[in-house]
Amino acid sequence: MSETPNLDILRSPLGRVRGLGSAHAGSAHWWAQRLTATALVPLTLWFIYSVMRFSTASHQAVHDWLSSPIPLVLMLALVAITFHHLQLGLQVVIEDYVHEEPAKTASLVLSKTLCWLLALVCVVSVLKIGF
Amino acid sequence: MVAFNLPLNSRIGQGKTFKAPAGAKRVREFKIYRWSPDDGKNPRTDTYEIDLDACGPMVLDALIKIKNEVDPTLTFRRSCREGICGSCAMNIDGRNTLACLKPIEDVNGAVKISPLPHMPVVKDLVPDLTQIYTQYRSVKPWMQADTPAPPDGERLQSKEERAKLDGMWECILCFCCSTACPSYWWNGDRYLGPAVLLAAYRWIADSRDEATGQRLDELEDPFKLYRCHTIMNCTDTCPKGLNPAKAIGAIKQLIVERQR
Repeated sequence: MSETPNLDILRSPLGRVRGLGSAHAGSAHWWAQRLTATALVPLTLWFIYSVMRFSTASHQAVHDWLSSPIPLVLMLALVAITFHHLQLGLQVVIEDYVHEEPAKTASLVLSKTLCWLLALVCVVSVLKIGF
Repeated sequence: MVAFNLPLNSRIGQGKTFKAPAGAKRVREFKIYRWSPDDGKNPRTDTYEIDLDACGPMVLDALIKIKNEVDPTLTFRRSCREGICGSCAMNIDGRNTLACLKPIEDVNGAVKISPLPHMPVVKDLVPDLTQIYTQYRSVKPWMQADTPAPPDGERLQSKEERAKLDGMWECILCFCCSTACPSYWWNGDRYLGPAVLLAAYRWIADSRDEATGQRLDELEDPFKLYRCHTIMNCTDTCPKGLNPAKAIGAIKQLIVERQR
């Protein structure tokens, strides 16, 4: 791994500012963050409405509801998009505040792994209720 | 990790108090950050009592009065005293602004003055702007065109094309915005900051410039551009009333637009 340029104190200011150059990336991340945020507005409202509707219902009633295609697909979309959005947001927070390279890489890998695992747990749970 | 506390040698202590002359009626305290690289001491806050009846209306007037009449060691940058040069940018009453445009009357109680936040201090109110000037240079803030200029005159723009530069050419590079941006505080070595991105967009939006694509290529980077989280401190604090956040948003939009 290369030294971060700001540690090279005798390097010229321009050399430091140019650093490792442009990554030519970041727009996909930024765009995905906006799209997932937009999608989560109706999905979350729908989810809150559904939870309230079924708050006193039996397991069987929830099972019947979730086994029909539209609620099942919406629920899976909610899970996928929530965790994708969460992962994108955590990545930004970590990049903002964790500057040491090993700690940064470790936190990024850990946060993405956790998001994937939690998303899979939710997907399996939804499918178990739905089928 | 980001440091949320000042290092021990940066903790600010209590300094001297310079009393107002006897008979002064409208006395106002100025609490000013002082630090010298020469004495090895921690920074301190000195208090100057100024008679507003014997002082001009702006904070810069008070600073000049202090330097001329009370304490010649006080160090700060100033030049035009009318909001055009950007030299006297500093933090006054908790907000980055130009001392020459800030009326003393707008501040309630003691006037607290410190250098632009999160920049290395050269002395007292003078920050080291080497890095941010270099970042400005790195976005090539000049016209790039392969087409030669017409031999008989300048490159023409329509009124509409020229109007797109309004709100950008007025930037005086005082860097109140960049040094008010938390993202620039935490990642200023890689994030270009609002002032420099506004300057970059000024050339992207210029109809005479032919390097728009290369400019966007250079900016498309998770740190150079996308550390902007739309916090809006830049727009909030700009003493010229400009909107760097809008310019940054426009750059992000163009980068998405060219992929579709």
